[in-house]
Amino acid sequence: MRRRLRVLTALSLCGIPAVAMAGPRDVIPALAVQTQRLPELIAIVLVIAAAFVAGRLVKRRGAPALRPLPPLDALPDAIGRATETGTPVVYITGWGGDMGRPTTMASMQILSHVARQSAQYNCRLLFPSHDPVIAQVADDTITQAASLAGRPEWKALTAATFVTQSQFGYAAAIEGIVAREHPGAVLLLGTFEGEALILAEAAHRSGAVTIAGTDSTIQLSFFLVACDYTLIGEEVFAASGVLSGDARALGALWAQDWLKYLALALLLCGALVLWLAAYDAGPWLAK
Amino acid sequence: MSMLRDRLTILTAATAGVFMVVQYFVTSPGMDATYRAILNWMQVIFACALMVGIAAVVKNHIVRLRRRRAERPYSLVLLASVAAMASMGFSGGIDQGSSFLWAFNHLQAPMQATVFSLLAFYVTSAAFRGFRARSVESAVLIAAGLIVLIGRVPLGEQISAQLPAAAEWIVNVPALAAKRAILIGIGLGMVATALKVIAGVERTYLGGR
Repeated sequence: MRRRLRVLTALSLCGIPAVAMAGPRDVIPALAVQTQRLPELIAIVLVIAAAFVAGRLVKRRGAPALRPLPPLDALPDAIGRATETGTPVVYITGWGGDMGRPTTMASMQILSHVARQSAQYNCRLLFPSHDPVIAQVADDTITQAASLAGRPEWKALTAATFVTQSQFGYAAAIEGIVAREHPGAVLLLGTFEGEALILAEAAHRSGAVTIAGTDSTIQLSFFLVACDYTLIGEEVFAASGVLSGDARALGALWAQDWLKYLALALLLCGALVLWLAAYDAGPWLAK
Repeated sequence: MSMLRDRLTILTAATAGVFMVVQYFVTSPGMDATYRAILNWMQVIFACALMVGIAAVVKNHIVRLRRRRAERPYSLVLLASVAAMASMGFSGGIDQGSSFLWAFNHLQAPMQATVFSLLAFYVTSAAFRGFRARSVESAVLIAAGLIVLIGRVPLGEQISAQLPAAAEWIVNVPALAAKRAILIGIGLGMVATALKVIAGVERTYLGGR
C-alpha cells in the first residue's frame, strides 16, 4: 500500500514538468487582476491574519478553553463497546467528497485518532471507500496509527478498501458490511449525499452506536434524526483540530470563532442599514 | 529518504495551493493554461488510482473466494461482473448501441434505482423516530415539520390559506437563517483547513505522518 501511495505521489510530482510546459506556448501573458473578487481577497487576508495572531497567542498563553463536543466524548465509549462485543468499528467518509476536500482531510485526522484508539483496544476497523485515493490515504493513516499505538501487528485486523464509485453501489456495499458484521460502532464523518440516510438507518437497525458529522447541510438533518451523536458542520473541522492537539490547529480554531463574531457583527450592521433604509430613516438620522 | 519525500510532497501541495489562490485573483493566458494542466493531471492521477483501486477490489475478492466459504457466491458474482463489463468495454467500446452501455442501462442503473428507492422507507422510519415529542425542542420540530408538510400539499390550502404562507415563512426565515449560520461556519472551517494544508500544518493527506 505504501508503495502504491509513493507511486501516486510520484505521479503528482510528474505534474510539475507538464505544468511548466503548459506556459511557454502562450505569448507574454497579459495579467488581469480580478477586481470584482476583492471581497474574497479581503476575507482570505483576514482569515490568514486571524489564524496567525491566534496561533501566536496559543503558543504564548496556551490553548483556549474549548466547548466540549459530545460526539467526540462518545468516541472512546463507542470503540470500547465494539471491543467488548467483539464487533468491528466501521468508518465511512461518504460519497460526496474526494481527498482534496477539506472535510475529507478533517475526517482523516479523526480517523487517525480512532485508529490509534482501536489499535490500543485491539478492535477491528473497517474503512470502505468510494474513492481509491481516499482508500490509500486511509490505509496509510491506519498503518501510521498502529505504529504510534505500538501495535503494528493490529494492522492485519483492519481493512481500508476501495469499494465502488457508484453512489448507490457504495451504499449497498456498506449496508451489506453492516448487515454481515453487526458493527459495534459506525462513524459517518465526511461529505455525504443521497446515501446518508441509507447508511445511517442501516447502522441504527444493526444496533450500532452511530456518530455522524458532515458539512452537507441537507444530509445534516437526516443525521440529527437518525444518529446517536452528530457533529454539526464546522464541528467536524473543530473536532479535527482538537484531536490533533497542535497549537497552530487550535489557533486556527480560535481564529474561526473571532471571524464568526465578525460575520455576525457585519450581518447585524447590514440588517440595521436595510431596516433604516426601509423606513426611510436617512432624513431623521441627518437631523 | 522518507523525510525528503514528505517534504517534497508538502512543498508540492503548498506550491499548488498558493498558485490556485493567486490564479483566482490574477488571470493571464499562461496561468489559465497552467490551471487547466493541473486539472488534467488530477484526472490522470485519479485514473491511475482507480486502476490501483480495482486491482485491490479484485485481490480482496480472490482472497475471500479462497477463505470465506459463506461469502463465496457474492465474490464470484462480483469478479464475473468486473470481467464481463471490462471485456464488453474493451471489445465493443462504450458508445451508443454497445453491449457495455446496454448492460449499464439495463443492469447497473436499475440496481442503483432499487437501492435509491429504499430511501423512501428509511425517511419514514427516521421521521417516526425523530418526530417524538420528548422535549420542548422536539415538540417545536414536530410543529414546524407538520406545518411545512401540510402547507406544501394542496390539502394545506384547503384547510387554511395561511398554512402555505406559514410553511414558506418557516422555510425561508428561521430554517434559512440556521442553514446560513451553519454554512458560514463550514466556509470558515474549510478556508482554515485549506490554509493549514498550504502552511504544512495539516498533513493528513500524507497518511497521518
